Amino acid sequence: MEKETCTFSYCQKPEVVEIETDLLLIGGGMACCGAAFEAARWATPKGMKITMVDKAATDRSGAVAMGLSAINTYMGGNDPKDYVKMVRGDLMGIVREDLIYDLGRHVDDSVHLFEEWGLPIWKKGDDGFSLDGFQARDAGKKLLKDTADGDEREKLVVRSGKWQIMINGESYKVIVAEAAKLALEHNRKATGVAQNLFERVFIVKLYHDANDPKRVAAAAGFSVRENKIYIFKAKAMINASGGAVNVFRPRSTQEGQGRAWYPVWNSGSGYALGMQAGAELTMMENRFVPARFKDGYGPVGAWFLFFKAKATNALGEDYCVTNFEETKKLYSPYAEKLGTAIRNHMMMIDMKAGKGPILMNTHIAMQEINKTFKEKLGDKEAVKRIKHLEAEAWEDFLDMAIGQAGLWACKNVEPDKEPSEIMPTEPYLLGSHAGCAGFWCSGPDDLGSPDHYHWGYNRMSTVPGLFMAGDICGASGHKFSSGSHAEGRIAAKSAITFILDHADYKPAIKATADEIAAELYAPYEVYEKYKTVSTDPAINPHYIRPKMLQTRLQKIADEYFGGISTWYMTSKTMLDTGLNLLDMLKEDAGKMAAANLHELMRCWENYHRILSVEAHARHILFREETRYPGYYYRGDFLPINDKDWKCFVNSKYDAEKNTWELKKVPYVQMVEDAPPAAH
Amino acid sequence: MPSFVITEKCDGCKAQDKTACQYICPNDLMTLNRDIMKAYNQEPEQCWECYNCVKICPQQAIEVRAYQDFAPLGGNVIPMRGTDSIMWTVKFRNGSLKRFKFPIRTTAEGSINIYGGKPEPDITKIKQPGFFTHQGAGVAMPTIK
Repeated sequence: MEKETCTFSYCQKPEVVEIETDLLLIGGGMACCGAAFEAARWATPKGMKITMVDKAATDRSGAVAMGLSAINTYMGGNDPKDYVKMVRGDLMGIVREDLIYDLGRHVDDSVHLFEEWGLPIWKKGDDGFSLDGFQARDAGKKLLKDTADGDEREKLVVRSGKWQIMINGESYKVIVAEAAKLALEHNRKATGVAQNLFERVFIVKLYHDANDPKRVAAAAGFSVRENKIYIFKAKAMINASGGAVNVFRPRSTQEGQGRAWYPVWNSGSGYALGMQAGAELTMMENRFVPARFKDGYGPVGAWFLFFKAKATNALGEDYCVTNFEETKKLYSPYAEKLGTAIRNHMMMIDMKAGKGPILMNTHIAMQEINKTFKEKLGDKEAVKRIKHLEAEAWEDFLDMAIGQAGLWACKNVEPDKEPSEIMPTEPYLLGSHAGCAGFWCSGPDDLGSPDHYHWGYNRMSTVPGLFMAGDICGASGHKFSSGSHAEGRIAAKSAITFILDHADYKPAIKATADEIAAELYAPYEVYEKYKTVSTDPAINPHYIRPKMLQTRLQKIADEYFGGISTWYMTSKTMLDTGLNLLDMLKEDAGKMAAANLHELMRCWENYHRILSVEAHARHILFREETRYPGYYYRGDFLPINDKDWKCFVNSKYDAEKNTWELKKVPYVQMVEDAPPAAH
Repeated sequence: MPSFVITEKCDGCKAQDKTACQYICPNDLMTLNRDIMKAYNQEPEQCWECYNCVKICPQQAIEVRAYQDFAPLGGNVIPMRGTDSIMWTVKFRNGSLKRFKFPIRTTAEGSINIYGGKPEPDITKIKQPGFFTHQGAGVAMPTIK
């Protein structure tokens, strides 16, 4: 196919803005907000400049944009070693224990800051019942930062599980963003730059250094509000631009596609930016398939952990009991840990056998609570407490999945009277929740980890100067919001060290500003060039609009790479077929067309999705076993095979040659003992 | 559709320096129709129903109509976000109502003192584990062994 080029003969040439900075933060979510806070503190006295670039408004960007009802990673009185065991157990045995332990020992400081900044955190009342953030304050409960030790913290917080604490988190991101923006402002004033926070600028691509082709030197993107291209030259960068959603055909068919479990704006940019810079990926075969309330994808964690509700098939059977023996046959000793993937697997056995729908028995849980409260407290007090509890249950949705509350309202669902259906979603690619797809990053030097786990700069990828945090730092899931913030801080401190160690470095790139502008604006040029060929610009043989680019990607991923339509089943023959189709889609991306800046962003987002999915499929193809039953199955290699595959799979993409290298990398167990159950 | 703008109430934020919903939408969906100076959701099937446009609208001109590919008509959820708490009204299809009020913040907006009372970073310790907060407070970072 003939390649399109952009010469600005049809579309308007954008203004090019070049920014030189020391540390560039790509993304505006929890990780980059943490990075801004830590980096500005270390860098400012040295006169080093920090710049953050966010495709949205930082107050409400990233995965926490809506809010959250819990902080899922808080050590309190727990040993980070136990945290490592939990993560390892949930992620089927192959994780980077150095990264996880390091996160565990750092994370609580971020949580204490959130509370100091104004995040309301629930506390245990003297009577053992929970107090919301205001009630706790009014009752004179201590802030977590003022406690003496882990034991005291453990007595104070309201745990919904071993690692989770409950919050009133509607404004979680607004609060964390305020601190990040103040940190950036502190740095901006001291360094005398005009602007160091760029909102509504979408980063498309990273560029290697002209003199050191391994090292990353610049990032380029465009404003989604005006005709401007931005080229940020930096001595180091933190990429924390998130995982990938809507890469597989979703269960919803039209409007409901927006109600993805994972935030619909996470378009795989985190993966694509690093891949194009040649950073080594790890465990990209991993994915996350959360089982959530059907269609609304509201959280089930509080119902399971806090209200002790049980999920059963439609016949009232606990599928984790009835299907346990069968599951052990293929997946022992991992089945025994009852991780997220394994529980999905047992649920799906019943769904495929027609024993669905799967039900979350909210009504039974509420009836139990009702009974216990009445026995304990008497009728009058029990009614008051149950009303508070009902509000807590609704807050779980209203803080973080408002659409689920709306769905229950539309369906007249009364959770205390009837069960609600739960369902495994379409697959997502991420590394901060119960998934671990991401980049192979250096860990800390002080934990006695094997040599291949660390190369001097904590959280630096295999590309010098390029650091990773949050959803895309691989093989280390279960960070969640607090852990992503803490990881951003770890990466920031380390990136500052890197810059100080390479004080003479000055970033330079080969590509000219004109070349970069032409590349980024190509979909604009293509649209303007051909739009009048047909009477309706929606249907035109010369180009592909971003929506159809995404639709084709989703169909390929779904049908060949183990999506919902095959019950997450794939195989070598299916993967090979799908990868051929994906190759053509990737080639067609050279003809993607954008009618406006919004569509230009959608074009590049979907290109990022394509690269993310390709990495996912190639990793699944390479790993000849089913490591994550319940997330995906290799029909040609159905069991787990520890003998050959208890190792990481790493890969490297060469963007210029369009080639892939995949390899096995040894896993090393650093924390002893059998892992406990995830929840 | 998910979020929609009530024609009568939207004034295009003409008194403000920018359209609030357009400013805040994490997915760049809310946009201003300059011919009639009213906002609309330009890509409803990409709406997460995060309600950030609903919460920020100074005219309370934005609501959410649940996704019609799976939600029956008639229910809705309306927030009223204040400076320290949020009120929710959940209206069911059958007309019944629930109201909730939750804390959102224990400090005044804009009052965060990020580094006040926090230790200075010690650049000689930058290669050691621990944040500047840990190091300054003398908190030792544990190791696995």
